Amino acid sequence: MHKNLSHEEITPPEYSFYLGCVIPNRYPFVEQATRNVLNELGVRLKDMQGASCCPAPGVFRSFDIPTWLAIGARNIAIAEENNADLVTMCNGCYGTLIDVDHQLKTDEKKRTFVNNHLVKIDKKFKGSIKVKHLAEVLYMDLGMDKIRDSVTRLLGGLKCAVHYGCHLTKPSAIRPWGGETEDPRFFDELVEVIGCESTDYKDKHMCCGAGGGVRSAIKEVSLDFTRHKLEMMREAGAECIVVMCPFCMLQLDLGQIEVNSIFKDEISAPFAIPVFYYTQLLGLAMGMHPNDLGLVKHHNLKGVPPFVDQEPILSRIFKELGYDYKQLQKQSVKTES
Amino acid sequence: MEYIKRNRIDKISAKISEEIVKDDLELIRACYQCGTCTGSCPSGRRTALRTRAVIRKALLGLDQVLDDPDIWLCSTCYTCFERCPRQVPVTDIIIKLRNLATQKGRILAPHKSLTHLLIDTGHGVPINDKKWNDLRESYDLDPVPPTVHKYPSAVKEVQTLVKSLGFDKLVEYKPPVNTNSKKDEKPEKKEEKATRKGRKSKIKK
Repeated sequence: MHKNLSHEEITPPEYSFYLGCVIPNRYPFVEQATRNVLNELGVRLKDMQGASCCPAPGVFRSFDIPTWLAIGARNIAIAEENNADLVTMCNGCYGTLIDVDHQLKTDEKKRTFVNNHLVKIDKKFKGSIKVKHLAEVLYMDLGMDKIRDSVTRLLGGLKCAVHYGCHLTKPSAIRPWGGETEDPRFFDELVEVIGCESTDYKDKHMCCGAGGGVRSAIKEVSLDFTRHKLEMMREAGAECIVVMCPFCMLQLDLGQIEVNSIFKDEISAPFAIPVFYYTQLLGLAMGMHPNDLGLVKHHNLKGVPPFVDQEPILSRIFKELGYDYKQLQKQSVKTES
Repeated sequence: MEYIKRNRIDKISAKISEEIVKDDLELIRACYQCGTCTGSCPSGRRTALRTRAVIRKALLGLDQVLDDPDIWLCSTCYTCFERCPRQVPVTDIIIKLRNLATQKGRILAPHKSLTHLLIDTGHGVPINDKKWNDLRESYDLDPVPPTVHKYPSAVKEVQTLVKSLGFDKLVEYKPPVNTNSKKDEKPEKKEEKATRKGRKSKIKK
């Protein structure tokens, strides 16, 4: 064996793959794209069997903090049993799980309290793993050099409105981005490295409006946030929106249909800006097949995401890459090799 | 001085702030009411939510802060906390106030039904229609994700925790009646409905 090979180079990085609710149950193409892209990048994913809702930080934490801590700790305990750091694709799940993990690691009283409940289901929070967002795994664990090296084709300067989402960067004290919340750059860099343009727009770091239980209880207010963000994105000439959170994705995708209806007298024209999850575009730049990235519809189901039609913009991108959208639709979904 | 109307506060107390301080949020007492939080709040730009006022009312122990629907308009974006010159954890304080409001029965109806979904399925957004399984399958995924949806024992675990913490009582959760006993109850229910209808029509007349 070669002497220079370090342990890390031989053992593929391994993570507990936390799905949450919105991705597996509403936006499964994000799960497909992320599983395949991480696999292509040499990451091993271990499923978290029997994981539940994180539980959502805006709603369930608002009703009862102790219950939120305990159910969150149960999820982390599953990752601990897997003996692999947890990776989540959702800002909300990230917000809950990193906060629960931090509180229970630093506060012995809380840890004892939670473990006294977990013992009833034969589980224990040990504090033996880290909670990470997919963005951190890509940008820091794998690193920009690795991402750059994996890119085989650039996406032709596609104008993307990058939406970070709040809980990816805030509260900054327990996030890995060095305290930057007003103008972080890591997501923009990830988008630029695949040959897209990160279009600057006003109020870029404003909330999409979905969080805090606002969408679930006072939808019109949450959609007024969204209306504003969409207007700023359109004004800046964005061709698509890129996210790394399924709840922001839902709000910005389904939200356009809702804004077009409830604010129809206040907006200059209906919105139709397609929304992509970052790994879908990354995979495309890595030379992966669109059918493996959840980019092509193979069903006739009604009332399912994506709600804003992605076909017009994808047809254009695919053409440059030598695919034909209609042809791809006729092919069956490729099975993983 | 009848031209000057003053909002008199008759009773102030530390009872709300003490609850907040107990939860490691003692920096609420460092608030000097500068309003940076309100100025940064995306919800306050379009609603009546004024985070500065929420903090002040909490410090004064005014019960109205718990009854005010404004505390439910925060989208928990944390911009206020990041910008606060005194590092007052404004967002976490609002969350704690919502906990106190929930204990007073002030949880909003749509939120209450969400908690029942969580207790029934283990998911806040569960697969509640076959189309979601079909959608998963169309993207080459197992129609049932490897979450609580695949492991009924995992749902039981979540329910055990919920009961152990008394969350079911807090949100007035009632377990669904199983189908066998439902059949037995059916005729009884019909009768009940009929009498209700009868009553209504009597009132109308």
